Amino acid sequence: MKNRITDLFEKKGKNILNIFYTAGFPLLNDTRRIAESLEAAGADIIEIGIPFSDPIADGPTIQESNKIALDQGMHLSLLINQVRELRSTVTTPVILMGYLNPVMQYGVEKFFRDAAAAGVDGLILPDLPLHEYVNTYKSLAESLNLSVSFLISPTTSEVRIKQIDSVSSGFIYAVSSSSTTGAKKEFSEEQISYFKKLQSLDLENPFLIGFGIFDFKTYSQACSYAAGAIVGSSFITALKESNDLPFDIKSFVRSIRSK
Amino acid sequence: MKFDVNEQGYYGQFGGAYIPEMLYPNVEELREKYLSIIYESGFQAEFHKLLKDYVGRPTPLYLAKRLSERYKATIYLKREDLCHTGAHKINNTIGQILLAKRLGKQKIIAETGAGQHGVATATVCALMGMECIVYMGKLDMERQRPNVERMRILGTTVVPALSGSMTLKDATNEAMRHWINHPTDTHYIIGSVVGPHPYPDMVTRFQSIISEEIKKQLQAEIGNPYPDYMLACVGGGSNAAGAFYHFLSDEHVNLIGVEAGGKGVDSGESAATTALGKPGVLHGSKTLLMQTVDGQVIEPYSISAGLDYPGIGPLHAHLFDVGRVQFLNVTDDEAMNAGIELSRTEGIIPAIESAHAVAALQKLDLYEDDVVVINLSGRGDKDLETYIRWGKY
Ligand SMILES: Cc1ncc(COP(=O)(O)O)c(C=O)c1O
Repeated sequence: MKNRITDLFEKKGKNILNIFYTAGFPLLNDTRRIAESLEAAGADIIEIGIPFSDPIADGPTIQESNKIALDQGMHLSLLINQVRELRSTVTTPVILMGYLNPVMQYGVEKFFRDAAAAGVDGLILPDLPLHEYVNTYKSLAESLNLSVSFLISPTTSEVRIKQIDSVSSGFIYAVSSSSTTGAKKEFSEEQISYFKKLQSLDLENPFLIGFGIFDFKTYSQACSYAAGAIVGSSFITALKESNDLPFDIKSFVRSIRSK
Repeated sequence: MKFDVNEQGYYGQFGGAYIPEMLYPNVEELREKYLSIIYESGFQAEFHKLLKDYVGRPTPLYLAKRLSERYKATIYLKREDLCHTGAHKINNTIGQILLAKRLGKQKIIAETGAGQHGVATATVCALMGMECIVYMGKLDMERQRPNVERMRILGTTVVPALSGSMTLKDATNEAMRHWINHPTDTHYIIGSVVGPHPYPDMVTRFQSIISEEIKKQLQAEIGNPYPDYMLACVGGGSNAAGAFYHFLSDEHVNLIGVEAGGKGVDSGESAATTALGKPGVLHGSKTLLMQTVDGQVIEPYSISAGLDYPGIGPLHAHLFDVGRVQFLNVTDDEAMNAGIELSRTEGIIPAIESAHAVAALQKLDLYEDDVVVINLSGRGDKDLETYIRWGKY
């Protein structure tokens, strides 16, 4: 089978909406329900976070969702089971994103294999060093047809962007500003010129802009430079405040996609 | 040297730089430049002048006669407690502030547990006229109050870390988040031999002045630079790394790292990483880490805020792995008793961290002709409240 993420970018290629949430939040077994609602609401990629006790790249919203998920007993093998189950109804591409330590304890190779077997299409491991991925795991990922995306930030040099581009598959995750997750501001001119620079680099991979995408305006601005955008913290806030997940997820996605 | 970090930033299987991309440019800049900056002659001259005139180095190597009589061996104390600000931490902060200036950074951030590293950072920032923010766990702010006020007097902003167990690990998380949010004008002065490469190596080099001096001092005292035992407490491991460094290749010197056993290694309330940890990744390096089977970091416990950390530096994880350093652990009670004992026998009230190293004396099979050096990493002024609360004196 063709990788669902590659397929998506080939067929759609723009205005791609990737929505992130933390596995096991708000309730331990909400992972599947949220994925189904996201698919019904028209999200293009479902990105599920593996909770970790010490998420250093995350702001307060995602920190809190991680803590709640862990307190409720979330762990990686349960998440892989949840993905396997949601695959009986959900056909949207699924990405798992997480800090390295829980993955390391699970066993990195075993994680790659089990995730692929459960129906995961892509991985994002922000603190996995690029060279370690290339030397140890890249050929495995390729043989399993998993796409692996790496991050770039406004301070990443052009040389390194090229390097990351040559190693990534699926897409590149362009962090919109020098910040942890959850920033909520309009894009500055500096950010816009960074997006333009990325656009002009003619990368092999498409890129999605993430961090600080929280409404129609930031989403559509991101989409005018990138293949799409990633929404995380503001979706988690919506989940936290929701009494009716399917309904609220639908309105959330609508509020991002249109004015 | 045999135990030095390799080109890729590893000590055996431990070390490396496991950081999100947002931190990569800063860490990479450090990696590229740290050795050429710190071994440049102007840097060395400024560093050593400050260590001498401002920190008060060399610190004495003091023959503790009454303690020696009690333990029937020759026991020396390396008096890091006499450093300006009261602990070894300032050896590193002097080095890193000079480095930060040469990197053109204007602002400094740091994490602190006991507050000693925070005070040492606040001090050098005052000295250099640089803006300083220190993250400190809320619990640690309560148990090390005098140090919080010292930092404030020095003009530093102390920010409470409110996540997790509200101790050193959480303060480190917050400092790293701050650095992600302020990558261009800010240098992060890490307080121990932890963090992504090159921090563990850089901090080890700055602290290695401790064993450099011990060697010379022992040579002058006993005509031989080598003790039989070198003892140091291990939180992240910076005072131990400094005290061990120049003895690492001298295999006949028994190097002993002393970790915080808390209420006992099997009590569930402990910070004895080598006894309880497994390889994992935290704060940018692969090292031994106290964690659940699912890879969630366990909140450690120790009466001593400076040892209350779930990992150790990757150098120590390697030295443990290959058996070059023996690690012992000491409970809260044993450490407190040793603190009182040292106060009564030598007139020196140690930091509770350092009292752990003193307490390990009881665990050694000493011969009368053994020469033991204890790295007395800090003084007990900051811990008076803990001594008072403990009460048994
Ligand atoms: C006096 C003293 N000793 C030891 C430590 C532990 O740190 P390290 O293991 O890095 O020396 C601290 C930390 O705050 C300290 O204040």
